[in-house]
Amino acid sequence: MTFTAPVLSYTLLSPILILLGGALIGVLVEAFISKALRPVVQLTLTLGTLLLSLLQVWRIRGEQSLTAAMGSLVIDGPAALLQGSILVIAIISIFLIADTEHFTPLAAALPGSAEEREATQAGNQVTEVYPLTLFAVSGMMIFPIASDLIMLFVALEMLSLPLYLMAGLSRRRRLASQESALKYFLLGSFASAFFLFGAAYLYGYSGSITFTGIRESVIGGSGNDVLLLIGMAFLTIGLLFKVGAVPFHSWSPDVYQGAPTPITAFMAAATKVAAFGAMLRIFYTVFANAEWSWTPIISAIAIISMLLGSLVAISQRDVKRMLAYSSIAHAGFLLSGIIALNKAGLDATIFYLFAYGVATVGGFAVVTLVRDSAGEVTDLNRWKGLGKRSPFAASAFALFLLAFAGIPLTSGFIGKFSIFSAAYEKGATAVVITGVLSSAIAAFFYIRVIVLMFFTDAVEDGTAVEIPSVLTRATVVISAVITLVLGIYPAPVLDFITNLAIFIR
Amino acid sequence: MTTSSSLVYLIALPLAGAVLLLLGGRRTDKWGHLLGTAMSASSFGVGLYQLMLMLDRPTEQRPVSQKLFEWINVGEFKVDAGLLLDQLSICFVLLITGVGTLIHIYSISYMSHDKDRRRFFAYLNLFIAAMLLLVLGDSYLNLYVGWEGVGLASYLLIGFWNQKPAYATASKKAFVMNRIGDMGLSFAIMIAFATMGTVSFAGVQEHAHHASEAALTGMGIMLLVAAAGKSAQFPLQAWLGDAMAGPTPVSALIHAATMVTAGVYLITRSNFVFDAAPTAQLLVVIVGAITLMFGALIGTAKDDIKKALAASTMSQIGYMILAAGLGPVGYAFAIMHLLTHGFFKAGMFLGAGSVMHGMNDEVNMRKYGALRKFMPITFVTFGLGYLAILGVPPFAGFYSKDMIIETAFNAGGAKGIILGVTTLIGAAITAFYMTRVMILTFTGTKRWDDNAHPHESPWLMWLPMAVLAIGSVSSGYLLSSGGALENWLHPLFDHHAEHEHHLLEPIVVSAMALTMVAIGVAIAFSKYARQEVSSVAPENVSIFTKIARQDLMQDRFNEAVFMRPGQALTTTLVAADEVVIDGAVRGVGQAAMSSGSALRGLQNGYVRSYAALILVGAIALIGAIWVVVQ
Repeated sequence: MTFTAPVLSYTLLSPILILLGGALIGVLVEAFISKALRPVVQLTLTLGTLLLSLLQVWRIRGEQSLTAAMGSLVIDGPAALLQGSILVIAIISIFLIADTEHFTPLAAALPGSAEEREATQAGNQVTEVYPLTLFAVSGMMIFPIASDLIMLFVALEMLSLPLYLMAGLSRRRRLASQESALKYFLLGSFASAFFLFGAAYLYGYSGSITFTGIRESVIGGSGNDVLLLIGMAFLTIGLLFKVGAVPFHSWSPDVYQGAPTPITAFMAAATKVAAFGAMLRIFYTVFANAEWSWTPIISAIAIISMLLGSLVAISQRDVKRMLAYSSIAHAGFLLSGIIALNKAGLDATIFYLFAYGVATVGGFAVVTLVRDSAGEVTDLNRWKGLGKRSPFAASAFALFLLAFAGIPLTSGFIGKFSIFSAAYEKGATAVVITGVLSSAIAAFFYIRVIVLMFFTDAVEDGTAVEIPSVLTRATVVISAVITLVLGIYPAPVLDFITNLAIFIR
Repeated sequence: MTTSSSLVYLIALPLAGAVLLLLGGRRTDKWGHLLGTAMSASSFGVGLYQLMLMLDRPTEQRPVSQKLFEWINVGEFKVDAGLLLDQLSICFVLLITGVGTLIHIYSISYMSHDKDRRRFFAYLNLFIAAMLLLVLGDSYLNLYVGWEGVGLASYLLIGFWNQKPAYATASKKAFVMNRIGDMGLSFAIMIAFATMGTVSFAGVQEHAHHASEAALTGMGIMLLVAAAGKSAQFPLQAWLGDAMAGPTPVSALIHAATMVTAGVYLITRSNFVFDAAPTAQLLVVIVGAITLMFGALIGTAKDDIKKALAASTMSQIGYMILAAGLGPVGYAFAIMHLLTHGFFKAGMFLGAGSVMHGMNDEVNMRKYGALRKFMPITFVTFGLGYLAILGVPPFAGFYSKDMIIETAFNAGGAKGIILGVTTLIGAAITAFYMTRVMILTFTGTKRWDDNAHPHESPWLMWLPMAVLAIGSVSSGYLLSSGGALENWLHPLFDHHAEHEHHLLEPIVVSAMALTMVAIGVAIAFSKYARQEVSSVAPENVSIFTKIARQDLMQDRFNEAVFMRPGQALTTTLVAADEVVIDGAVRGVGQAAMSSGSALRGLQNGYVRSYAALILVGAIALIGAIWVVVQ
């Protein structure tokens, strides 16, 4: 038996290789650098790695290759755009993660135990969160460019495992945090099982694990359609679980609420980009010719996601849960871009992912600022009158909410408008009508929060807005600026996306 | 067309002044008034320079234009922000900046004790800039910007002393009534775009021949509504009297010489519309005729010197509107009367301000009397303005008003007779109430309180009055000798329809007019100079005087016809909004919330239920695919 050495084009893979290298060095830093220096070193290392990776993405943005990693990965325009978005979101999230207040000093200690107290008094920090983030980001970077089923699964696990861990690292309410991490892990494994099951069926259908091979079988139509349909359905379940579409959404409110808020921000924004990126590639290339079979199903899922997300969000009393349901509704909006299955839909989905991801990080960043002596205050009733106490936090939050609601002059409007018009062009009228209706419902609860913050008198209960640290302020300001610029003058970004977003097969 | 790059400075200079003074805040208090005056004066300088250039060019090349930037470009709708300076607008530019500068100078002294003088000058500069934009815009839409700008400046200046609730109300009243006119203007612009696809003056002029008469009549009527609002013409005249709440220089500049004449400008500028829409043109004449009588009658009963002058302004603008409604033969005379009126009325308002300045801001003429001795310069300049408005030769009003009366008679038929007689009677009433103002203020015995110490105003105040008095004396002769203004404006108007027929010789008209004036003066003399004037207004007067004192019931009319039904309508609508629309919204909201709460039950926190839900979802998905495939 002979082995051929794999031929890899290192330049094209460099963004991912840089990230993995950075993550490994991060692990070494944990082992060899003194406790006092670690936070600074890790932050610098992580930020440097992300920036370098982003620079590489920028430099190879025009390249196209199917064979960069022996046919397992594909490099093209959408890949560059999605990877760039993930990296930008990761960078602004890192500022937030770097604020030490959010993480437990000793993840291994039992909640409330003596060890935990000791660690708190010693001023320990879990700097492991930095390499974990880098590993997750590498997984997310691979997910949308994977071009065979094995690679897709590896990437899925690679992005999920660090997230499961990080969800359990919260400093306050540690039990809830650990519970959410466990839930996320169990349900994630369940979904992964579906995913693998579907992958097996697809292999059975086409006799190939590469996207190209499956695609050719779909076009040829020679295989057994039942195998294809079951495989497609189960694979899709794995992906829909990650984006939190109904009925595979149930983990997300609990996890969003339990996880440390910076992790929630990162997870909500970046995972969506990665998972939708993978879905775009799969549905726009591999399954494009079996459109007849999946469009009605995905449309139905989009419709119930939008409606359920918006309706349930209304009755939420907790700001993080409200944002979780809002993200479920947004998963529905984004699915209409998948249904569109045209160039406009591709461009719109990519724009929407970036705009929504940035606004999400910004929104959660504001959530980290509102606190009392026991930590973050997520009860909406205690957000009353926030506008008077902290105009900065309240107006930034209002801006992000308006962006979620899709009000003009924010990025959300451009995103919603372009994604719905793409779907309308395709003829998905029912989806578009539901989308607009649920946007109206959603606007109700977004604006209710704005009313709460600005037009309701405050209750004196010791809720204070922390003076934002430079890092958190950076996250909020950068997100706000991007949200506004994309809303007021989106043309250059839209043109950039349109020119670049072409899948190669 | 000739282009020029310096037109924009006309507007930019005063605008820069306004911006500097408003943003500069208290730091500019010390020299703000000087800057404001300098800006207005330099704008006047640019205007003069442009006039020189224009005189040098042959007739057909006199208009100049400047494109500033592409303003709107949406589908078929393209509008450039462009300026146009032609023979008509240069008249206005010089009037606005010239009189404006004089009034700036006057205000330096008049407002010297006001702690907000800087803000006052900022608003004055803002007004000058907006008014220049109004007359320089090369399309209805550009004009509209200036139109709204002067409305804003007028609102700010009427309510300048808004610490007095009555003054604040007056500014609000002016603003609201002007909105009705503004609506007319926007409708006119929409009609122009809908029927002709353009809103520029040149474009509308070119396409007016192809447009239906109905469309042009509609546009003309809407333009007339706009003009009535801005120029205080019937039926939108009620705000002008209250507008006298503003400081007197404002009344002189905005509510006598310039802004209120914007309606005349609009109608003259739109001559191509009105010439092709006889019905609208007839309405213009009717509105002018009604207003000139209306204003004159109100003027007879006013004891407040500024309100008497305001009524007179309304009446004199009625003359101009009437002339503008007479078509190509009348436009030049409308503009001529507008210019001469700008001099003598501004002069008289400044005179009134001077009197008030010396009399502790007293405005009631019954508390004046015998001021001639104490304020000789004010008396002389005011007197010259008085002679001018009466139309006594050779003062300015003689030329301009006689022309209008003559043109009115020459309109032909019953229309000519009615209009001619109306203008003549108007002239008589004008003579009556203006003589009354003169007698009550300057002659007779003193009726003021002991704590008033009348004195002549400082030179900064009387100098502008003197300059305006020179204008009151000479402008009529200068503008009409050899048909100067007529020939100057001639290329702008369409003279096809012109047909010469003289009903009465000019000399006869002059004689009739002078006779009427003499009658008016005589009545005033017998009533006010021959007998003692009471320092309080007599109560037992005829019903007509009572009505005239109440401004011919204009406010009651508006209140009964517009305000109360309007209020009732809004109350009903608010109630309907609350019950029907809000009710529906709340109902939907309630339904959404309760369904949300019901669905929330699915989220019970148990992993096993979540996993079950995923499983159910997966089965449903397979089932659905099964259904689709079948």
